[in-house]
Parts: sequence; structure tokens; C-alpha cells
Amino acid sequence: MRVGMTLAEKILADKLGREVRAGEIVICPVDLALVQDGTGTLTFDVIRQLMGKDTLKHPDRAMIVLDHLGPPGRPEYAAMHKRLRDFVKATGCLLADVGEGISHVLVSERYVKPGDVVVGADSHTNTAAGMAAFATGMGSTDTAVAMALGKQWFRVPETIRFELRGPLPVGVSSKDIILSIIGTIGEDGAVYKAMEFGGETIRHLSMDARFTITSMAQECGAKLGLFPSDEETRKWMRTHGREKEWKALAADADSTTERAIEVDCSRLEPLMAVPHTPGNIKRAIEVEQEGVKVDQVFLGTCTNGRLEDLKAAAQILKGRRIAKGTRMLVYPGSRWVYHQALEEGIIQILEEAGAVIGHAACGPCPGMQFGLLSDGEVCVATQNRNFKGRMGNPNSFLYLASPWTAAATAVEGRIVDPRRFLS
Amino acid sequence: MVVRGKAWKFGDFISTDLIAPGRYAHLRDNLPEFVKHVLEDADTHFAPAALTGDQTYIVVGGRNFGQGSSREHAARLIKLAGVPLVLAKGFARIFYRNCFNIGMPALTVDTDQIAHGDELEIDFAKGVVRNLTRKTELTTGRIPPVMLSILQEGGVVEYIKKRGDLVFEEATHGKKAGRGAL
Repeated sequence: MRVGMTLAEKILADKLGREVRAGEIVICPVDLALVQDGTGTLTFDVIRQLMGKDTLKHPDRAMIVLDHLGPPGRPEYAAMHKRLRDFVKATGCLLADVGEGISHVLVSERYVKPGDVVVGADSHTNTAAGMAAFATGMGSTDTAVAMALGKQWFRVPETIRFELRGPLPVGVSSKDIILSIIGTIGEDGAVYKAMEFGGETIRHLSMDARFTITSMAQECGAKLGLFPSDEETRKWMRTHGREKEWKALAADADSTTERAIEVDCSRLEPLMAVPHTPGNIKRAIEVEQEGVKVDQVFLGTCTNGRLEDLKAAAQILKGRRIAKGTRMLVYPGSRWVYHQALEEGIIQILEEAGAVIGHAACGPCPGMQFGLLSDGEVCVATQNRNFKGRMGNPNSFLYLASPWTAAATAVEGRIVDPRRFLS
Repeated sequence: MVVRGKAWKFGDFISTDLIAPGRYAHLRDNLPEFVKHVLEDADTHFAPAALTGDQTYIVVGGRNFGQGSSREHAARLIKLAGVPLVLAKGFARIFYRNCFNIGMPALTVDTDQIAHGDELEIDFAKGVVRNLTRKTELTTGRIPPVMLSILQEGGVVEYIKKRGDLVFEEATHGKKAGRGAL
């Protein structure tokens, strides 16, 4: 008799053509392997060590995304970009150039389909697991192996199932769901595990909202956080001209999970991760009472840089001005997001409110060149992590929040609960 | 294999941002320069002390050591600073694989039993950490067999080169690999 499989088990089993179980070691073909400009050169050094030359098993399944360091603000970054471009010439792999967007946003728009196995030399590669792909981040050496040989080894992860129940209250977004989960289970609460999201609430979560959650699965240590592929996934792939590649994919009802955790979404409030870890969770209303003045607000990233996120911010910023003494930076997640936001008048609303609009890229999140902070400065960001020094300065203070909370904070110039702006 | 060194203690949740800060991203192709900043945001005294080369230090962390970014530079810089292995209560999964892939063991052990400056002797094949200062012996968590075979070759590049392919006995049989740290 066939025993039920989790979503993670099912994807790997389909790839291998046999049953697999949590705990097993498997060697699996890889559908897409990616690097970004901060991890690519090391990856390609390793490929040369391994193969004796610049070579890829499947050049059309390897991708370089120039999202962290471009356009280069330092000659060293330019040199790294040149090396990566030379590698493209030598191997014929895919290149997403400066301004095309963040790798995780791009690959979900253009390449990944339900059931794929995706690896990348970037910890947030697991974002694409929002469309029922086995997508996970690795180091440069592991990614080099995947690119050079077209396969990689995995330990089939145990699964923690999250049942999301109840409607989301006004002003509460999927960012608050995942912040709540990280606060509950801790930053090592799902180490090596697959998180699997289900329950009635997910039917009402758009793909943009789901990717926020899967991006931050990394922040509780998970190998990946999976959503089933359903009508939302189909609708989203249709938007990106890829409906033909869609298929339904879900865990079996009788699958074996390590544990199940129920999240009552109807009781959630706007939340924040306060300095200096993403598991340090407080309610926005509590932080508001502490009277935290904010120097910079940042809207963007693989976590919250999609169209719905820009719209959420515009909902609050429409007809309002960003507070004097506070600056707001917006980096759309991809060129597609940027174009849509332009066409729908979102960019105009943000710009008229006083926000600085950047190109489609990671922006200030990795702390490498844009929107760096001075000693003692405070930033509220929609990104995924607020480790000490993350935004380029260990003496600055980072708070993580939803686009609504970030936008409301920009208007007030201090951290506020966004619900007063939403009815 | 047995290594000896002095414990340099770090706390819980040491991120790769603390180990290899993003503001030094321009040094990612220049690790001999980057290593001068290894673990700088966790403890500014570590890199200068480790790089004098007078003393072998064992990096001793707490919970979820190496969490956050996948940047392999973090593991490579620790190794480049002369650190033979890392001990912690637990490791973030990407950092863990990165360590073994470059031939540096990462062992789980109750690091509460180790104080800053303790002299340690680690026999990782036997799974023992001897605290020579406190005259105690700690048992490490088991190294999963796949990781051990990678480590025995000095890293995954050497492992694959020797076999001409990425192959594991465990994967061909489809058998349970056990509940190791992986």
C-alpha cells in the first residue's frame, strides 16, 4: 500500500521516480541553480577547481543575477561583475543584468514551476518554494557542484506542518504571520526541516503574500517553506505567461509530519522584529509606545518587494507626505514589478509622497552599498533579517515590518501601528 | 585526528553577517585581506589575536551558529584564520554544509561546559572534546556518515574528484541516514 507523502517528499520522489522518506539521503537532478553577484565568483572558482575549466552541465539551467552589487559603487564590485560576465561568455549560462531584479523574484516570475528542484548560492533561494518547488539555499561550493554536475545531494527533510486558520484582521499581512511564527518557534525552531503551510487561510493568500512567508522560512532555520500549488499559483503563472507549466501539487492528507502547529491568524496584530535578530518579536503598538524615531524606511527585497507590497505602501502614502527628517527608499523586486507599479500609478504615489525610487535590486538589505546607515541611526525595513551590521553598520538599529507598518512609520517619522491608517 | 587549541567563546545566534560583514563585500575576492575582519562584529579582538599565529584558537559558539546568509566566505574566513574546527550547541544548516565542504569540521557539543580560554583537545573521530583546563570530557554529536566521508577527503571537491562523480553509498540504497545533525 502506498503511504502518504509530505510535499517535500513528493517533489523529490517525482524527480527520482521512486518513493522517498524523510531522513533519506538522495542525489537529485537540479532544474535550476543560481548565483548572485556576491556569491558567484567563489562558485566559479570552485567549478574551475572541480572541472579544470569553466564548464556547466546544463548552461540553460544555470543563472547569474546581478542584484546585490549593481550598478557597481566600488571598483572591486565592477571587477566581480566583469568576472561574472566573462563566465557567461565562456559557458552560455543565463544572465539577469543590473536592474532586472532580485534573483528570487525573477526566478519565480520566469523559470520555476511546481515540482522543480532549485538551488542557489543565496539563503533566500527558498522563496520559490512558495510555488511548490523544492527550492533551497546553499553555499558557493554546493552550488558549484549543482551547476557543474547538474545534480546535488539532499537529506530529505522532516516536515513541520503549519495550519493557518481564520481571516487576517485589518492591517495584518502575511509578514505578520511569519514574524509571529519565528517569534514562537525561534530562529532555530525549524533547522533542517521543511515547513509546510496549509489551512483555510492560505486560500486567501496571494502568491506575493506567500512568497513573503517562504522567504522568511530561512529565518527560523528551515531548509525550505512550502506552499501547495493551487488556483492562486495557476493565476499567478498565467499573469506571467506560463500557465501551461502549471500543475496542481499538494501533500497527501495521510502524510507523516514531525509536528503540526496551528496559527490563529484572526488573533494576529501588526508585528515587528526589533534589533538585532528576526526572532526578537514585539507588537507594533508596543514599539510605538516606546517612541522610536526613524531615520530611514526601506520598502523592497525578496520578502516584500512585490507589486502587492508596493500597493500596500501606496494605500497609506496616497495624498500624504513622508515626515521631515525621515527618508524612504523603495527598490522594486523586479523589472516586471517596476513596470506594473508605473502603469498602475503606484510609483507616482510613492514618489509624490517623497520616497526615493531605486532600480529593481536588493537595495540596502545586504548592507553593501545602497542606503547604508550611520552610527545610531534607525531603519524600519520590509526585509527579512536585522542582524547587527546587516545594513552596513553594526552601530545602527534595524526593525523588520510589513509594508503597511513601514509606510505608516514613514508618514509619522516614528514607529507606529499602521491600523489607524486603514479602515 | 586530534587537534588542540584554546577556546574563543562566542554567544548564541552568531550570524554570517557577524562573521563576514556585508560592508566588506568588496573583499570577497580577496580573502587574505577579508580575514582581518573575520568575526569582527561579534568580537573585535578575535581576528587580530588569531592572525598573530602564536596560538591555535577553537571557535566555540552557542545556538544556531552561522545563521543567516549562505555566504560561504564566513566558513572559509574562519578556516583561513587558522581555526581547525568550530564547536557549537547547534549550527545553521547552510553554514554546516559549507564547513564540511571546505574540510573544516563543525561539531555539536554542550558548549556551556567550555569557558573562554579553556584549553581543548578534540578527537573528532572518537567524538570527544577534552577540556584540559577543567579536566572534563564532553561527547560530541555524531557526524552524519555523508559529512564524515566528505571530511575524510578534505572537502567535497576532493571527494568528487577522487570518485569522478557525486556518489554516496547511502543514496544508492535509499536507506535511512538516521537523525543526524543534517
